[in-house]
Amino acid sequence: MKPGTLSTFLARGAIWGFIVLELIFFSIAGQFFSVSDNAFLDPANMLLLLKQSAPIGIIAMGMTIIMINGNIDLSVGATFALAAVVLLDSMTWPFMAAMGDWAIPLAWTFALLTGAVLGAINGLIVWKTGVDAFIVTLGSMLGFRGLVFMYNGEQPTSHLNWTLVDFAEAQFLGLHTATWFLLGVTAVIWVVMHRTIHGRNAYAIGDNREAAINAGIRVGPHMMRNFVLIGFLAALSAVVFYSESGSVNPNDGQLYELWVITAVVLGGTKLTGGSGSVISTLGGVIAIQLLRKGLGHIGADTETVNLVIGLILIAVLFLDRQLNVKGKEALRT
Amino acid sequence: MTQPALRLEGIVKTFPGVRALDGVSFDVLPGEVHALMGENGAGKSTLMKVLGGIHQPNEGRILVGETPAVMANPLDAKGKGIVFIHQELSLAEELTVAENIYLGELPKKRWGFVDWETLYERTDRILKTLRVGFDARTRVGTLSIANQQMVEIARALTVDAKAVIFDEPTASLTDAEKVVLFDVIADLKSQGVGIIYISHRMEEIFKITDRISVLRDGQYRGTLNTAETNEDEVTQLMIGRTLDLSRNTSHHQLGEVALEARGLSCRGLFEDISFEVRKGEVVGFYGLVGAGRTEIAETLFGLRSPTAGSIHVHGKEVRIHSPAEAISLGISLVPEDRKSQGLVLGMNCRDNMTLPQVGELSSGPFTAEGAEIAIFEKYREKLDIRTPSWKQTVGNLSGGNQQKIVIGKWLSMNPEVLIVDEPTRGIDVGSKSEIHNLIRELASQGYAVIVISSEMPEVLHVSDRIVAMYSGRIMRTFTSEEVTEDNLIQAISGIEPGKSAEREPVSA
Repeated sequence: MKPGTLSTFLARGAIWGFIVLELIFFSIAGQFFSVSDNAFLDPANMLLLLKQSAPIGIIAMGMTIIMINGNIDLSVGATFALAAVVLLDSMTWPFMAAMGDWAIPLAWTFALLTGAVLGAINGLIVWKTGVDAFIVTLGSMLGFRGLVFMYNGEQPTSHLNWTLVDFAEAQFLGLHTATWFLLGVTAVIWVVMHRTIHGRNAYAIGDNREAAINAGIRVGPHMMRNFVLIGFLAALSAVVFYSESGSVNPNDGQLYELWVITAVVLGGTKLTGGSGSVISTLGGVIAIQLLRKGLGHIGADTETVNLVIGLILIAVLFLDRQLNVKGKEALRT
Repeated sequence: MTQPALRLEGIVKTFPGVRALDGVSFDVLPGEVHALMGENGAGKSTLMKVLGGIHQPNEGRILVGETPAVMANPLDAKGKGIVFIHQELSLAEELTVAENIYLGELPKKRWGFVDWETLYERTDRILKTLRVGFDARTRVGTLSIANQQMVEIARALTVDAKAVIFDEPTASLTDAEKVVLFDVIADLKSQGVGIIYISHRMEEIFKITDRISVLRDGQYRGTLNTAETNEDEVTQLMIGRTLDLSRNTSHHQLGEVALEARGLSCRGLFEDISFEVRKGEVVGFYGLVGAGRTEIAETLFGLRSPTAGSIHVHGKEVRIHSPAEAISLGISLVPEDRKSQGLVLGMNCRDNMTLPQVGELSSGPFTAEGAEIAIFEKYREKLDIRTPSWKQTVGNLSGGNQQKIVIGKWLSMNPEVLIVDEPTRGIDVGSKSEIHNLIRELASQGYAVIVISSEMPEVLHVSDRIVAMYSGRIMRTFTSEEVTEDNLIQAISGIEPGKSAEREPVSA
């Protein structure tokens, strides 16, 4: 085997190995500690788990592209909330209410457009000012959240449309609507990253910005496109989730950015850019959801769950670092 | 004979595929200024890294005084009395002179509070011996480069230094500042400290050193007494005869002027640069590091904006604001540092090769993988790139093959002008001549080629004409018939024919 192959394999397969470990652990521990009678590995439970992964997962696909490109977006939680408000509120507007169920696609369009526009604002500022994406999106995270509160004060925004609820709760081939959206987005982003010119250039910019510029690649427009994409996906995530729940609190989506980044990083994408994969991100998303659900299954409370996930994130990154350092040593000798 | 302050015995250091140091031995006496000379890539910096504990030698040993010493890390080397004054200063600009000098070892009072009085008192005592015009409480950021260098030297004096190594210390100093530096060196010398002085500038070497040791291709080539030798002898030792020194004799049919610069200037970097490159011609730019050659290339490629002058492509004046514009005009650049500027190391060979034209190869949003592989295979064969497949990650290839990928990347775009900055840096000897032949061949196919190099044999070997630069100016342009090693060395050292005075450098 060539040097580096083992560590590459470990790095790529690690997240799926981790998921298997979690499954084994929780099914055995569940025998002793479970508060419910159902087995953890119950198919219905697993399908529900996938569905519950969707809101974070859909955004995480966008975050993977953003991070491969060498940026970060902290405003996705606020974008998620604002798109949800637009989705639900727009259906109560008089002309929309008059349209009956035809208002649904229009409301979706409004919400998705909102997300794309917010993303474009982020992208434009990062591109034209050259300010670091971390700072720009930290600002827009606060700003977008402010817009949510300006819209309806502290009040929740609610509108329940039963056609929409039926759609969101439907199952096709056993998988819920939300799960299909998650898988679909994963597939599309995979194609974007691996089969399009934009994806190729985004990788190049993230890995070596200087070399990309020297190859005549215009960095700004590519970053801009990625921010529009992640804004759109944050809104899509809101559309999928709130079609079912029908009510959004102004604080919804808070800390989503951190869950999303955690999932992406667990999946092996580097914070410095240039490397990462949407398939591994999917693994990261499922791994986190498994932890949350599994720890709940054996009776742990939310605080404990957060503590454990935090510890595991640091442990995984430490392990990754060790593997990478070893790989570099091997190259040097 | 006195006991040497520092002694190297048979130092060997190898990197994958390269024998960077091959049995280097010399010694530095206490109270001696010992020059270390050699072309770029001769192994000087590797040797210094071995001395400083950054690299460990594969063979050989270092003796400080009489005791063999192993330098585990830079701090260890300093503790043993080996002190470096680096070309690039590493000072914290926001802190005071005193804090910088004692960084990491500030004197303490009880409870861990800093003993400021002792700190300033000690610092001022050292500064006094250096006769500088600033005191311990000055903020380093407000000092001139020369004074910052004095702070570095002061830092070196806090330990009981056995040997002090100066790496190109005068690179950014004015003549007046040099005088002060040489005084300080003389003081150190009188205190019995051994000094290693690395420089390319012959004038200085002959002014202040006692002996000169020369490295070439990682090998020790001998030590001369400064008083008994001359510039020619040293030059000959540096250049040697082992490498293919043959002058380029083949000339191709020259076509029209592809690229021309008229009075091109960039404030503080280069001034009044005029030259032309014809189709089928290789023009070599030769000079010391920092002479402004790379900056000219960057300007032609749209990475810098000139402050004066004009660029003409096929006789038409153009303004180039970005690499993308340069590329569309048919200008391409193989940069100096291929790893940080030329390649996306995490990507595979094919993706790197087609990076600038991935969009042009396809009409829609999707990549045209088939066309890309075809391009890669074509240039793999043409340039003899040795890799198992296009899927290989570029970071795993050898330096020579990496460089061929970068060259292939531009050739596949069919450029008019190819600028190659340091074409063989970090490439082993065998691949070097391959790259040289390739450059000649490209010219024969009608490309206009600019080669920037710090290696004399390389410039002589590939160029039809040689532009000699010194401190941001063109000193002279030679044809390959009239150039000699001597007049070339003189030109890049700032010595004009018939005059021996150094020309005023462009002020920053």
